[in-house]
Amino acid sequence: MKPLDETYAAARERWQALEASGIPVFFVGTATCGRAAGAGETLDRLRAEVRARNLEALVVETGCLGPCSLEPLVVVHKPNAPRICFGKVGPREAVHILERHVLGDDPCAELALGAIGAESVDGVGAFADHPMLRGQVRRVLRNCGVIDPENLDHYLARDGYRGFLRAVDIGPDAIVEAVKQAGVRGRGGAGFPTWRKWDLCRRTPADQRYLICNADEGDPGAFMDRSLIEGDPHAVLEGMLIAALALGASRGFIYCRAEYPLAIARLGVAIGQARTLGLLGDNILGSGFSFDVSIKRGAGAFVCGEETALIASIEGRRPMPQPRPPFPAVSGLWGKPTIIQNVETLANLPLILHYGADWYAELGTEHSKGTKTFSLAGKVHRTGLIEVPMGITLRQIVEDIGGGGADGKAIKAVQTGGPSGGCIPAAQLDLPADYESLVAAGSIMGSGGLIVLDEETCVVDLARYFMTFTQDESCGKCPPCRVGTRAMLYLLERIVAGDSTSDDLRRLEDLAQTVNRGSLCGLGQTAPNPVLTTLRYFPDEYRDHVEKKQCAAFVCRPLIRHHIDMERCPGCTACVKTCPAEAITGVRGEPHVINEALCSQCGSCLSVCPPTYAAVYRVSGEVTRYEERKSKAGAAGVSAQRAAAEG
Amino acid sequence: MNGTETHVSTHQVLTSPADGSGSGRMSQEHLIPTLQEIQERHGYLPEDALRALAAATGVSENEIYGLASFYAHFRFQPPAEHTIHVCQGTACHVRGGHQILHDFEERLSIKAGQMTSDHKFGLERVACVGCCALAPVVLVDGKVRANMKPKLVRGLLSKLGHAVSATDT
Repeated sequence: MKPLDETYAAARERWQALEASGIPVFFVGTATCGRAAGAGETLDRLRAEVRARNLEALVVETGCLGPCSLEPLVVVHKPNAPRICFGKVGPREAVHILERHVLGDDPCAELALGAIGAESVDGVGAFADHPMLRGQVRRVLRNCGVIDPENLDHYLARDGYRGFLRAVDIGPDAIVEAVKQAGVRGRGGAGFPTWRKWDLCRRTPADQRYLICNADEGDPGAFMDRSLIEGDPHAVLEGMLIAALALGASRGFIYCRAEYPLAIARLGVAIGQARTLGLLGDNILGSGFSFDVSIKRGAGAFVCGEETALIASIEGRRPMPQPRPPFPAVSGLWGKPTIIQNVETLANLPLILHYGADWYAELGTEHSKGTKTFSLAGKVHRTGLIEVPMGITLRQIVEDIGGGGADGKAIKAVQTGGPSGGCIPAAQLDLPADYESLVAAGSIMGSGGLIVLDEETCVVDLARYFMTFTQDESCGKCPPCRVGTRAMLYLLERIVAGDSTSDDLRRLEDLAQTVNRGSLCGLGQTAPNPVLTTLRYFPDEYRDHVEKKQCAAFVCRPLIRHHIDMERCPGCTACVKTCPAEAITGVRGEPHVINEALCSQCGSCLSVCPPTYAAVYRVSGEVTRYEERKSKAGAAGVSAQRAAAEG
Repeated sequence: MNGTETHVSTHQVLTSPADGSGSGRMSQEHLIPTLQEIQERHGYLPEDALRALAAATGVSENEIYGLASFYAHFRFQPPAEHTIHVCQGTACHVRGGHQILHDFEERLSIKAGQMTSDHKFGLERVACVGCCALAPVVLVDGKVRANMKPKLVRGLLSKLGHAVSATDT
């Protein structure tokens, strides 16, 4: 085999030159979430400042470090000083850091999240001790936010493709054995042991086998695969190479959703680089193994996450699932044995091959090995992309890493597994995050979407939300799913509209069982899960909707009435001006009144009524809710306290 | 519009060697990528382009329409001048994404999936754009606007040239 020693040596040299750079380096996180938060403007400003001031400095783009709520993130390397990670760096903050920290000697502690690889510097603690990072073990995400994803040298210098080289050395049988020893299970949701799927495929005689990387991250509320591809695309390619070698597959496809243009672009760059280096193509590095990859862009259909539907989509047909068996591992793409693996599963393989199965299996539980990435979002204080050892508790994830409920509100439940998963109530937060425990609680691990719900989330509305989604995405092939999800949605819509009867809850549960048992594919079989878990854990909330026409979370509009408290309203006209239905009347200085007949209960008045008055209140069933009235000084005091706690 | 040009391009795509199937003739595998290419060029799938594609592939127009209409991304009418996609992902939903959608609907006097009569604004739902940590988000002409709030809807629209008084009544 053609050795890559010289390539590695050159890559390491260039990487080390950057690591120990004699000139300042700005690493700007420009993954999709960073850009959404304004990283593009920060990047432009930094480049312009460096040019305008004639500075000798580098500006490097990286992927996502994880703490998305603190984006844009910029890591600053100043020669002979520890690197510091700064959060919420807009263009103005970037200039501030440039002037005060890089050109001066103030580490800008007020903007710093932590020092990287150091205990502390001048009042800046270690980044690893930041509450969002403590408790995480970043293995799969080790390069995200650290390297330039479009620079192959960076990936190589950090032992990139060494797992694949090892795989070539030991050969297919030993690769499968290592994957079996490591105990890795599919990260796409179901958690099927990876080696067993491979084994079935390998035992099927064929002249051609295919490998597909499923990057059609369709679960609403999940963005692990996007971040991983955007931050470290070569890790996915290396995983594909290892899997293809084990399977004897010569062609691979990456099926990526079209909503992820940056991920697709970065994969394209990575594939080009791998081809140039001879890591993709014919007779790779002289090993006799040939493999190449092409990208297939999805076109917006959730059902394509299902294996047989995904295959149909690549073949250019309507993505309708097929009954199984035959399993794709036996007869898949164009009738050939085909293995479909999720992005994260593939990115685990280089680690197993390079560091060994024992090292890999050190983390996790008996049946759930390694780490799992989660996209932490919803009503949680710190949102972002995290990676934790399997088996740590949901409480550790949402309270320690996530910092508890957003705005200090109590957490009501945690939703895992997206539209196929369920809601786990706050009382069960000590549940370990592993495949078996989550299934036992009525949910699933899923691909890693983890949405936190608080008292202002109505679980009945959430169940309706998911049913709207699955009903819309049902492909229509089998009646239990096509008709059943529609009928379930109809019942849920009646409940949130206050038009339901007490019989509806029983009907809903019956239907849920039928849809679960009768549907052809996973989409329909799991579609009732959000309804079943909320019925199981929050029966009173359903009953309140049905019997009292009450939504205590004040979400279900038809069950809410907005009113203005005459005693509190000074007549500031803020609500009059903003009401889109023009339902509020009143002149300045006199209490305003909402005309019930015109009001759409949209809540605009509530959102603009100054907290010092808090004159708009809501009623639903037996519950009346006033917003907390804050004096001006009090409100400022609270935010100052929060800022201090953030420190 | 220029059906011939589309025809030439689809023809080129379709006569390149088929991947995987190994037959080397025009392959069904290229249908979706070709439809994506057509939509990128025209902003939608014009009827004459679909007809040209049917002729080039031997797949019936019916079947091509059946394929394209299955997917959420393909559209059969020209897009509006500005398209606003309101994310309906789970994180956006629990952080008020439905409220944002409702506000856009009220301000523009259209429902999701429709466009204003002057073709200036199109309003669409999107299942999830994967920016969940910055929810709720909307896409304005493809660019993500993070941490959206109901009270920002009006300003966003007027910045794009929406006459507030005309449709607010």
